[in-house]
Amino acid sequence: MHDKTLTQLAAGLAAGDYSSREITQSLLSRIDRLDGELNSFISVTREHALAAASAADDARAKGNAGPLAGLPLALKDIFCTQGIKTTAGSRMLDNFIAPYNATVVDKLNASGMISLGKTNMDEFAMGSSNENSYYGPVKNPWDLSAVPGGSSGGSAAAVAAGLVPAALGTDTGGSIRQPAAFCGITGLKPTYGRVSRYGMIAYASSLDQAGPMARTAEDCALLLGAIAGHDVHDSTSVARGVPDYTAELGESLSGLKIGLPKEYFGDGLAPEVEAAVREAVKVFESFGACVREVSLPHTHYAIPAYYVIAPAEASSNLSRFDGVRFGHRCDNPTDLIDLYKRSRAEGFGDEVKRRILIGTHTLSEGFFDAYYKKAQQIRRLIRQDFLDAFEDVDVLMGPASPTPAFDLGANKDPVSMYLQDIYTIAINLAGIPGISVPAGLVGGRPVGLQILGPHFAESQLLNVAHQFQQATDWHQRRPAFAEENA
Amino acid sequence: MQWETVIGLEVHVQLATRSKIFSGASTAFGAEPNTQACAVDLGLPGVLPVLNEAAVAMAVKFGLGINAEIPEVSVFDRKNYFYPDLPKGYQTSQMYHPIVGPGAVEITLDDGTTKRIRVHHAHLEEDAGKSLHELFSNARGQGMTGIDLNRAGTPLLEIVSEPDMRSAKEAAAYLKAIHSIVTYLGISDGNMAEGSMRCDVNVSVRPLGQEAYGTRAEIKNVNSFRFVERAIAYEVERQIELIEDGGKVVQETRLFDPDADETRSMRTKEEANDYRYFPCPDLLPVVLDQAYVDHIRKALPELPAEKRARFTAELGLSAYDAAVLSSSRAMAEYFEEVKEVCGDAKLAANWVQGELAGALNRENLGIEQSPVDAAQLGGLISRVIDDTINGKAAKQVFQALWNGEGGSDENAADAIIEAKGLKQVTDSGAIEAMIDQVIADSPVQVAQYQDAEPDKRDKMIGYFVGQVMKASRGTANPQQVNALLKEKLDQA
Repeated sequence: MHDKTLTQLAAGLAAGDYSSREITQSLLSRIDRLDGELNSFISVTREHALAAASAADDARAKGNAGPLAGLPLALKDIFCTQGIKTTAGSRMLDNFIAPYNATVVDKLNASGMISLGKTNMDEFAMGSSNENSYYGPVKNPWDLSAVPGGSSGGSAAAVAAGLVPAALGTDTGGSIRQPAAFCGITGLKPTYGRVSRYGMIAYASSLDQAGPMARTAEDCALLLGAIAGHDVHDSTSVARGVPDYTAELGESLSGLKIGLPKEYFGDGLAPEVEAAVREAVKVFESFGACVREVSLPHTHYAIPAYYVIAPAEASSNLSRFDGVRFGHRCDNPTDLIDLYKRSRAEGFGDEVKRRILIGTHTLSEGFFDAYYKKAQQIRRLIRQDFLDAFEDVDVLMGPASPTPAFDLGANKDPVSMYLQDIYTIAINLAGIPGISVPAGLVGGRPVGLQILGPHFAESQLLNVAHQFQQATDWHQRRPAFAEENA
Repeated sequence: MQWETVIGLEVHVQLATRSKIFSGASTAFGAEPNTQACAVDLGLPGVLPVLNEAAVAMAVKFGLGINAEIPEVSVFDRKNYFYPDLPKGYQTSQMYHPIVGPGAVEITLDDGTTKRIRVHHAHLEEDAGKSLHELFSNARGQGMTGIDLNRAGTPLLEIVSEPDMRSAKEAAAYLKAIHSIVTYLGISDGNMAEGSMRCDVNVSVRPLGQEAYGTRAEIKNVNSFRFVERAIAYEVERQIELIEDGGKVVQETRLFDPDADETRSMRTKEEANDYRYFPCPDLLPVVLDQAYVDHIRKALPELPAEKRARFTAELGLSAYDAAVLSSSRAMAEYFEEVKEVCGDAKLAANWVQGELAGALNRENLGIEQSPVDAAQLGGLISRVIDDTINGKAAKQVFQALWNGEGGSDENAADAIIEAKGLKQVTDSGAIEAMIDQVIADSPVQVAQYQDAEPDKRDKMIGYFVGQVMKASRGTANPQQVNALLKEKLDQA
């Protein structure tokens, strides 16, 4: 059961090979057995999952089941779930039970999909390694001494280890694509505004986007179809119809124009990763695609601009965690200021504090123009780079990360950690979609090929990824951890 | 030295939307604490704001009402600061691109002259909640504070004036003008006691003739016309005394204490917050196309200044009458309906400002609570105009209407006239008969009258008129009685 994709499980359910309850039982016991070592879940919602599975089986028996009914998945612990703890990986929210569901959670419930639990993550989605969680680091199933990537590392590891066939993640600067690459799975960051942010605990509002993580592009297409769409509760979600994302899977790639941004193949890129990516590009050439080098000249400003804008928004978004209404409150505050100071000092981890301080500084009077305004100007230039590039090519390809997964504890310096997101961050600033697909192994650790498209080109990206997966088997490779524990 | 006062006002008007500016929770006043606050108002993790279109429409109405520019694009910003009743840790407001640009308001001063006060801009923002200190400090131990977030997210329009006012009276007149405009437009109930309107007052003084402004103090949250005048009067005196004693005014925020009738320092400029404004990434810029603005413009009601002008030009009312009758929308609508029913603007004006206003004042009622409605009053005046009743009887009818007699429409006066037999007697035969009787009953007075010089007789005839009116129970036509009496007494 653990090795099947969503698509395969759906076919089995439809054929009556097994029930949703059987799938759920099987995966829950697998989580029980293996997650102690992986630490990919913060909460496992056994009772909810079993009840929902039974309901899905009943619906199927009555002929009322939709195509996704009864299929399991996991949710990054950043999505609010009514009656179930939602922590965002922070001590601050260790005791927080949301009284409402995030819109994506409502949509998944409506489709009949079943959440098995809430996955581990870098605190408030700040991190590239999943080492910043209050609940401890997640291990990479390919190598338990390696990080799974962040901040959706729990979701990525759970899918890679076969604990769930799919999971939801969020991506503010690469947090779906980079852990997908590190864990050898497929992860899609949709166009900003394609999926509602309502009920998703905000890190940097203008960059955050929820997206699917699964073994295949086909599964990502299914999942995106279930969560995408305009939401009246989110003004920044786009009022635009949701296409059938599986419809274009199978379109020929002959004549596809692929651009390789030269800035994504420069200093700092591990040669083995570069080799794997170039090898993958050859596969597309064999489909009849034409490849050319392009330039995104403002790429090197992306990280500095991101580390102004994201912390600025974060410093404001995290102000509500003040110990007054919900979340962690310090013991015996002497006065209001003491309440604020100690609640926040105790509740937030170091990386979160670092970004709050950076953001507070860059927004403060006298620095706003020099930092925030400048960063927004750079952001427009970066976006324009992509728009210009897509005048000439259909998609861009490059590595998702400069290296494969690094070892736990290897990146001690925050700035070198920030550089891990060099190939993913500009996409969030531009608002365009990007997908990472498994494209090789280096030293036993997966490499991700990143494919980028224009705004709302998800169908095309998913097809490009799907065609690659029809021709290669990188996405079918399983870590030894999953195989040994089959 | 002669001093000049310089005053600018920031008026906060609570908009009369049914739901909050960024959530669907109700804005009704007076509910149990925290019963009108949804997840969005509580600032729970993950929630997002959605702009209430009604608040935008109301802000635009106001802008058009003061002939302001309406920029095509306005943007919501976050104003970041920590306070327990500010759930998100920031207030969503409009710092850099407000929804209403520069405009102006005309105020009428006591001497009847008008003055134009410029409005710098008006912007939309959300209100914060309320900290309840008193409720908890005794019942639940010292120093506890409860938070009521019912008010959090209530839409406010902040109207910022230029420093164009030169006296406390002008400031109060400006505040009244704003009050009148927003209530005319129906965008706020203007209820100052419930906090629907309150203002921050910026006051400075400078030697008369000096161009540069003096250092100003800001008096926060003044919530009545009277308090505005008193706070400014106190503050002006304080600043002048301070300077004349060799001191310096410091830029600071002050509070007005109406009980002590003084302002007190709250925080100085050095303690001022750095709000770290930046555009709210959760809300899109508000883009208003011309068609939308025109649509709202078309639906605007006639505003006080236009009404005043029409009342004097078309209805021939005095400037004073026009000002009083246009002072509130309810008053103007009442007056116009009375005029419509009776067809005589001047009589309608006299009755509304005379008999009706007097009665309302005595009972301490507003025009909205008048027991006599406009149709009833109009019906009554019609009967005076067509001579069915005389002035004296009319007052009786009015009193009966006030007491709820006669029914609820414009025929109510007729019913009362009928029931009480107040119809004016104009039948000269009947009047003559009454006069003959009075003359027969008053031989002494008749003799005195007839002995008097003709120029004294005019005064003496009053006695006979009184007797005849009494005999008719007030229903005889006084002019007729007068004329007939004269004829008969002078003849004899």
